[in-house]
Amino acid sequence: MQNRSIYLDNSATTYTDPEVLAEMLPYFGQVYGNASSQHFFGRDALKAVDTAREKVAKAIGCKPSEVYFTSGGTESDNWAIKGIAHAHADKGRHIITSVIEHPAVIKTCKALEKEGFEVTYLPVDNQGFISLQDLEKAIRKDTALITIMYANNEMGAIQPIREIGAIAKKYSVIFHTDAVQAVGNLPIDVVADNIDMLSMSGHKFYGPKGVGVLYKRNGLKIARFMDGGEQERNLRASTINTPAIVGIGKAIELAVANMEKNNAHIAKLRDRFVSQVLEKIDDIYYNGPKDTSKRLPSNANFSFEFIEGESILMRLDMAGIAVSSGSACSSGSLEPSYVLLSIGVPIEVAHGSIRFSFGKNNTMEEVDYTVEELVKTVKVLRELSPLVKMVKGENKYV
Amino acid sequence: MYNEKVKEAFANPKNVGFIEDADGVGKVGNAACGDIMEISLKIKDDVIVDAKFRTFGCAAAIATSSTATEMVKGMTLDQALDLSNAQVVEELEGLPPQKIHCSVLAEEAIKAAIEDYKSKKK
Repeated sequence: MQNRSIYLDNSATTYTDPEVLAEMLPYFGQVYGNASSQHFFGRDALKAVDTAREKVAKAIGCKPSEVYFTSGGTESDNWAIKGIAHAHADKGRHIITSVIEHPAVIKTCKALEKEGFEVTYLPVDNQGFISLQDLEKAIRKDTALITIMYANNEMGAIQPIREIGAIAKKYSVIFHTDAVQAVGNLPIDVVADNIDMLSMSGHKFYGPKGVGVLYKRNGLKIARFMDGGEQERNLRASTINTPAIVGIGKAIELAVANMEKNNAHIAKLRDRFVSQVLEKIDDIYYNGPKDTSKRLPSNANFSFEFIEGESILMRLDMAGIAVSSGSACSSGSLEPSYVLLSIGVPIEVAHGSIRFSFGKNNTMEEVDYTVEELVKTVKVLRELSPLVKMVKGENKYV
Repeated sequence: MYNEKVKEAFANPKNVGFIEDADGVGKVGNAACGDIMEISLKIKDDVIVDAKFRTFGCAAAIATSSTATEMVKGMTLDQALDLSNAQVVEELEGLPPQKIHCSVLAEEAIKAAIEDYKSKKK
């Protein structure tokens, strides 16, 4: 239908920035040594890995010795949660998390429940925030870990991380945050925020896929994640992935250096998009925080009444616009997004939800084209919907 | 994940709407599950002379509604009652496994519309 190619799914992944790729390329060919080898081939690779480690540390305010490279956000979350649970089980077998975590956290917690750990899933309010009072009340003598995400991937809510960190410190409970959506997009200071562990993923901020980081405060005991060699201070075996690590180092350096500029642009696009959609389309829910200072600048999430999310996604796809739907049919399950249900979106409405996530290369012209196509799409699908009845030329809910 | 035929049926669905003086109407599914299919039929001498649909659901649900209504037009009631979801899937040259339930819904909606017609006739 269209030759357009508009990418509005930047929370799913971003492209690898050409500057990042250029930095990585020599480490596939010229500098191919194993960073654990003692000869000069290995030493050259190790030097690059050390530089990347310093860049990551600088970006989040920790020491290079507190940075552990992993295969991505999911591995970092798995390692942080299981690693703490197993290493501290003698002190306590209770974990606190929230209902809106990414599956990498929720399913890891579920797996631990099967091993006999107890997990409290904190609810969120209708804008997607946990309550600090709930958190404080949930802490028990045997609470070993609090794991609360920094910013939500579906509706963009930024949790009160500094306050959560302060509570964790007050009760001497270890605090982990899944910051996959936050790193590179929001300023992070693990010391000021009392964060003991933090997960990140390279491809969310214009770095390569397949590489992530777990930050772990020095002195904190954690179980090994993979058995094998002595890489990553003997805690995470596997040959050092030098090119990808060089990539995440460069990507985080660029993301932090350009954060203000990029966020100003991205927020402008998002704000225009949201105001246009609210103005031009009736019977919709704008999901997530209304206060833009508490929301990822890239995120917009809408539920469109009377129509289903995958249909919207497919029609936008045909118009050359790539978005994401948390709806039942796209994932193959019959359940709509648990995140949207947890903020009170009615189940039949939650089926009609779409996430638009903007990136640094999107333009205002793309925003306007998307609004135009979205208006058409919603109109066409509502004409098909048995939930809408045409009354005197107007759509009315039956 | 969808083949060209499914995409075409979804992009340009046929028989959209509701027959105001329908002889039989079938409505299956529910909003909480994410799909509702409504098929209305015009029947003359036990032959389906017109069929229309309205569907709340995914692309596959809309494509199967369009295709199923196309298929039953001109069929006798007995032929239409024999129409299986597998035939609708075949007509669409296949659906992803997790979307087969959409074709089942289409089969059920047609059967429900015919039942509605028969119960009214009694």
